[in-house]
Amino acid sequence: MGNMKNSEIAPGSKPRLVLSGITKRYPSVVANDDISLSVRPGEIHAVLGENGAGKSTLMKIIYGITKPDAGTILWNGQYEDITTPSQARRLGIGMVFQHFSLFETLTVWENIALALDERVAPAKLAAQIIEVSEKYGLPIDPYRLVHSMSVGERQRVEIVRCLLQEPMLLIMDEPTSVLTPQAVLVLFKTLRRLASEGCSILYISHKLDEIRTLCDSATVLRGGRVSGTAIPKNETNESLARLMIGGELAVCSLTPRQPEEVRLELDRLTLPTADPFGTTLKEISLTVRSGEILGIAGVSGNGQKELMAALSGERLSSGSMIKLLDQPVGDLNPAKRRELGLTFVPEERLGRGAVPPMSLAYNALLTGSRKGMVQNGMIYPNVMRGFAKNVIERFKVKCGDDQSAASSLSGGNLQKYIVGRETMLGPKMMIVGQPTWGVDVGAAQLIRQALIDLRDQGVALLVISEELDELFIISDRLMVLAEGRLSPSVRPAETSIGQIGTWMSGKFIEPAGGGAASANPLMEVA
Amino acid sequence: MFVLERRANPSFKMALASPILAALGMIVTGFFLFTVLGKDPVQVFYLFFIKPLSSLYDIGELLLKTTPLLLCGLGLAMGFRANIWNIGAEGQLTMGAIAGGGVALWFGDSPSVFAMPLMLLAGVLGGMAWAAIPAFLRTRFNTNEILVTLMLVYISQLVLSWLVHGAWRDPEGQNYPQSRGFGDAETMSVLIDGTRVTWGIVYALGLAVIFWVVSQKTIAGFRMQVAGMAPAAAAYAGFSEKRNIWIALLVCGATAGLAGICEVAGPIGRLQQQISPGYGFAAIIVAWIGRLHPIGVVFGALLMSLLYLGGEAAQMGMSLPSAITGLFQGLLLFYLLAADLFITFRLKRVRAVERIEPKPAKASLESAA
Repeated sequence: MGNMKNSEIAPGSKPRLVLSGITKRYPSVVANDDISLSVRPGEIHAVLGENGAGKSTLMKIIYGITKPDAGTILWNGQYEDITTPSQARRLGIGMVFQHFSLFETLTVWENIALALDERVAPAKLAAQIIEVSEKYGLPIDPYRLVHSMSVGERQRVEIVRCLLQEPMLLIMDEPTSVLTPQAVLVLFKTLRRLASEGCSILYISHKLDEIRTLCDSATVLRGGRVSGTAIPKNETNESLARLMIGGELAVCSLTPRQPEEVRLELDRLTLPTADPFGTTLKEISLTVRSGEILGIAGVSGNGQKELMAALSGERLSSGSMIKLLDQPVGDLNPAKRRELGLTFVPEERLGRGAVPPMSLAYNALLTGSRKGMVQNGMIYPNVMRGFAKNVIERFKVKCGDDQSAASSLSGGNLQKYIVGRETMLGPKMMIVGQPTWGVDVGAAQLIRQALIDLRDQGVALLVISEELDELFIISDRLMVLAEGRLSPSVRPAETSIGQIGTWMSGKFIEPAGGGAASANPLMEVA
Repeated sequence: MFVLERRANPSFKMALASPILAALGMIVTGFFLFTVLGKDPVQVFYLFFIKPLSSLYDIGELLLKTTPLLLCGLGLAMGFRANIWNIGAEGQLTMGAIAGGGVALWFGDSPSVFAMPLMLLAGVLGGMAWAAIPAFLRTRFNTNEILVTLMLVYISQLVLSWLVHGAWRDPEGQNYPQSRGFGDAETMSVLIDGTRVTWGIVYALGLAVIFWVVSQKTIAGFRMQVAGMAPAAAAYAGFSEKRNIWIALLVCGATAGLAGICEVAGPIGRLQQQISPGYGFAAIIVAWIGRLHPIGVVFGALLMSLLYLGGEAAQMGMSLPSAITGLFQGLLLFYLLAADLFITFRLKRVRAVERIEPKPAKASLESAA
């Protein structure tokens, strides 16, 4: 452990990229503090760290988007000031972003042509796309329109776009968050093949298992500094986590509990999408009972956003399709549903769950007006501030005080505040979208425990999440949302990551025949 | 090279000071501007800032001009805070004047005590009815209220023109496009003897206080503010967007309509083709100078009124072209926006990257702190 030299990986070859003393300061935070790392040709190098550790800033510096305040970049033995992404591409650096930058109304080849620095005839480009995509096991049709493609397929477009420029270094920013477990395996095969041809890969992630499976070496960042380097294969999840968070990973678990009366019931909820590129919800039926957590797995973009909007009341449906505490509520607005005892944590925190420039106290008023904060239309500031202070204290929200603006909080702390606010409103039914998305490990732990505590108090919870590991820990039952349809429900103990992964690609429409768990996940990928 | 970088913590004190800094910038630039033009800047500043305050009559004129600016500014500021971009206060003002003026003409010279209250009510309702058109179109067909409110300004002015050229023209008015003069009971009484200022300024100041209470202390004001700052959060909390649109437009229509009837029942005393030199448009600037805050709008309206009167005085007293006085007034908004930019952002000089020679061994990780 500690400072293991990267030179042990591929002795003899000259490093492809050496970063020394990279420093980037922002007004309120030092994002990168004297970071050094080196990558050899053909090396898959992990950059591991929590959200906010400075991974993305470092990659943006390498790709020429952000300019460092200090430090040097040595590329194939030459000093380079990389000032623009097009310069980075000319040098042979490609990057696949976490959030894609594709035009949905254009075809694959049109999107790729737009990103290329030189002009290529369409027919020739299409042939090149087919050739590269087949060579690396990423089949795509150059003439397909992007809006008709799944998120995983769109990622292929982004990767192929980079590969067409024959990069010597490929930067992948959290590539697996949008993939089913099976698709992850395909991606890993592609990356290994690229590496065997001499392309270096910088792999950014916070998922320890993936890094241990895929990467040759790792640089771990914590709070903007290098907290250590490691050979992931020789490490355990625990030892990597210690480097990453500087402490032990806590665990939480469910104690078995008998669920009671039905709190939420969806009866063949069907809702055409309002957004032309959205997902139509098709015949979604489910029940959530008092004292249980129902987890909804699936890759975002399969109807998650639409389901959340239908449940919260931001999108109305016909009355009887949604029943809350035995009352039809499909045609009630969010405020009326809240009166019945529904609370709601949206996946977007800033701008939806909280008003960014307003203080935490006023953000309590956003959904808490029933708690005595408003009488006869007048705001009672003391009640409002008292409630906010209570949330801050009970959920250990790190902030100045209740007068701090919501936008001044880190993602994790703001999520603790929002979860705390919705919890302390005393819900009968709570709906949570992506509870720990972009949240640091410590806060994620506290949030999961808070959800479990609510369940133990007899609240019914529905949790939509992309993180399968999380759903396996906190759910009493699991369902999968894929292409706007909902799978049958299973208990986590009676299923496997493999089966859920198969369901995530939409293959549950025909009744699954018993031993789905044993199916080879690689064979399931289209 | 310089870049603009967002500040971590915008200073609250600077936000309060920025109108003062903007006024200073305006005066310094004006000093150079008038010197270059060969006019004595001190004399121009006197006409602009001191003359309009030098006698009771002048102060009365200042308050008189402040009234419509303040009334329109209050309503607009409320809408702007909720992201409702009503720029047609001028049209709502005109409709208020037509509706209230119509009631006044109906009463004729009657000494009825009901005349004035009914005129004011009609003015308010006229403005609201005019503002209801964009509200309906926006909530029903999702039309852009900026365009609709602006277009309705021109329509309202043509309606007024049609009336004073036609049905409501004064038969003894030698064909001037104006109505009969309003009767005594149909004209607002003067607030201070020796001036022309009417009770309108009292209504306006009273409304400013009411608006302040509503925007700061009530859930209704909070809802509108959330809708402006984060529309998705408003939807999440279940605040109705349509209700906000209706409230914002109707409230502004009401205040602008009141401003209209206060003008025609006050200093003008009849309906005529021109009833406002663009108060409804100037009130947009007033709302922004006042930071969209009701009490701020009071000061914004006073300042704008001062600049109007000062500009007129400077044009007459120094034979300055109106373009120059307009430019001088525009400097204020320019500096105000500039000051605002530097409250949220700062100019940062980007130096070339320091080059550190990599050491053959592992770079030492001594921290400088």
